[in-house]
Amino acid sequence: MPQAFAENQAAIIVKNVHKSFKIVQAVRGVSLTIPHGEFVGLLGPNGAGKTTLVEMIEGIQKPDSGEIIIDGKQWHGNREELHKIIGISLQETQFIDKLTVRETLTLFASFYELPSRRVNEILELTGLTEKSKSYVVNLSGGQRQRLALGLALLNEPRILLLDEPTTGLDPTARQAIWNILLTLREERKTSLILTTHYMEEAEFLCDYIILIDQGKILREGTLPQLLAGQQKAIEFTLENKLDDAMEFPAAQHLNIYWNPQQARGTLLIKDLDQELPLFFNYLKNHQLRLQNLECRQQTLNDLFISLTGRKIEDEIEK
Amino acid sequence: MKLRNSQQLFQLFMAHLKEIIREPGVIFWGIVFPILMALGLGIAFTKKGEQIKTLVIIAPTGQVEQTLNEVDRLFQQRGRIEPASEKTPSLYTFTLINEKVGNVTYRLIPADWEQAIILLKRGNIDLILELKEGKVDYHFDPGKPEAELLYFQLSKLLNSGLGVTVNSSENIEPLTLTGTRYIDFLIPGLIAMGIMMSSLWGISYGIIEKRSKKLLRRMIATPMKRSLFLITLITVRTVMNFLEAALLFLFAWIFFHISIQGNILALLLMFVNGNIAFSGIAIFVCCRTANTEIGNGLINAVVLPLMVLSGIFFSYHNFPDWSIPFIQKLPLTMLADGIRSIFIEGAGLNETLLPSFILLLIGTVFFSAGLKIFKWY
Repeated sequence: MPQAFAENQAAIIVKNVHKSFKIVQAVRGVSLTIPHGEFVGLLGPNGAGKTTLVEMIEGIQKPDSGEIIIDGKQWHGNREELHKIIGISLQETQFIDKLTVRETLTLFASFYELPSRRVNEILELTGLTEKSKSYVVNLSGGQRQRLALGLALLNEPRILLLDEPTTGLDPTARQAIWNILLTLREERKTSLILTTHYMEEAEFLCDYIILIDQGKILREGTLPQLLAGQQKAIEFTLENKLDDAMEFPAAQHLNIYWNPQQARGTLLIKDLDQELPLFFNYLKNHQLRLQNLECRQQTLNDLFISLTGRKIEDEIEK
Repeated sequence: MKLRNSQQLFQLFMAHLKEIIREPGVIFWGIVFPILMALGLGIAFTKKGEQIKTLVIIAPTGQVEQTLNEVDRLFQQRGRIEPASEKTPSLYTFTLINEKVGNVTYRLIPADWEQAIILLKRGNIDLILELKEGKVDYHFDPGKPEAELLYFQLSKLLNSGLGVTVNSSENIEPLTLTGTRYIDFLIPGLIAMGIMMSSLWGISYGIIEKRSKKLLRRMIATPMKRSLFLITLITVRTVMNFLEAALLFLFAWIFFHISIQGNILALLLMFVNGNIAFSGIAIFVCCRTANTEIGNGLINAVVLPLMVLSGIFFSYHNFPDWSIPFIQKLPLTMLADGIRSIFIEGAGLNETLLPSFILLLIGTVFFSAGLKIFKWY
């Protein structure tokens, strides 16, 4: 983000924030600035510190050191005011089982002193009008997440913080959430921080992406900025049966990442002409026989691999 | 209260209320179960019907018939020998007719020593009779009141020539007056226990569950007033407790003709302060943990000792003398004794104002302490 950006124009400013829990350093010196109306994705594997960072921005956790300024105000002394302009959806929140969707929205609307008209608007926006009389306990995972999002949007928040809003949802349910957020993005009235470990979610929804791992920012920028300089990725499988315990042979001058669980490798390439022959030589030298090879554009996941040696989404499967 | 909070207050109240009344289990455990318990205990301890008392008469193997004949002589042929059927062996029964305290049938089962001891250990019998050369030997545990009572009854029967059970100079007047029966003692206790149980399980467990579901955390990330959340929760519980107590009383009034002899205002005050006391304790119990199993343990650790000690089902005066002053200061004892004194002793505001005030104080202290260290997330 441009440093010249004036602080009073920023929706959220995080300055060198640290947070530890007992022996775990969850967030280690994170700074970021989010302008009004921008959609920002915090992308990283589980345990990267995304939730802790977001919870500090939400005012739920206190940073050990550093500063967080939201809409020009700190949490201390401005709690009530800030709650009015922020909408949040926590990871895996459950609501009162035996309240209906409408009753749940009405309850939360009363906290913001909103009229029932707003509840109807949210029901429509989230596509839950038909489910308005269903008990929350009887909703599907996707419907429940849409309700959580609806609750976050009730007060027309200037700042929206969504912690893994689509985790565990099937593609259709995920698309439904994305559509709601896209509508919101067009209006440009809301700044969003969204944490996710789905790279396509960050790619699809966010103007600006922050890659985060082990409590630190690895890289940040717009999607084209992040992927500039990274050209192609080659996915390959081998005919050889590699022993699980056997290390994949190291390759000098080549960015190869072998995934033993899936028995497939990824080669990240900047210059096809130079690096492809090197790759074939390497295979020959180690008596490895190619079974399949696929060339594609690089993604955020490839970038994450090249930075950490791990895949973002593999961490989840573990 | 400012008008702007009234919508919040109303919605929170309704949400808490709906959460309770939409759970069929709550209706059963809160309303039907106490009534069933009152019915069961009330009938078991109040209405004495015909009683059957079983004991063993020692009969060496192969001498059952001979022993039964001896027993028949002992009872002057007033009882009868029941011949063996498919299910039961032959035995001797003798019924003592008593219109005032109810008939008692003594059932003497012939058995050898080994079987007799097994029956004794299982608690099926309390006493073993043995006939030795015309003499009657009684074998029983003198520390067990039922066994001792049975011995006295039999001994008196066999020594008085069986006809005379009530001395002409004595007269039995069974007490069935309102206020002196077991059910009169029980109902106020059940009301007090209901307040404790539903406050602790309803409020504490409910909050711990909401905390573990991250719902508390989500709710306070809005401009919701935290105090309103707790106040409405406690109010809804008090209203529900009032309903439960009223229904229990209504039932006891219809079936057992229980009445409130003391001051209604004093009773209401006692009831409200009892609710405040246990709501305060409930908030304190649940102020930290987000684990429902730990919550379970914590609630039981409060509820079980109180239930045992506070004289809900039986008078706490059976506990050692040194413990009585301590027991009397427990909140549940104070509440149960208070309600009981209004119900059956006709107590008024003067007698109950002090315990009522102490309950209010207990509630306030625990509530404030709990709120100080309350974890919303």
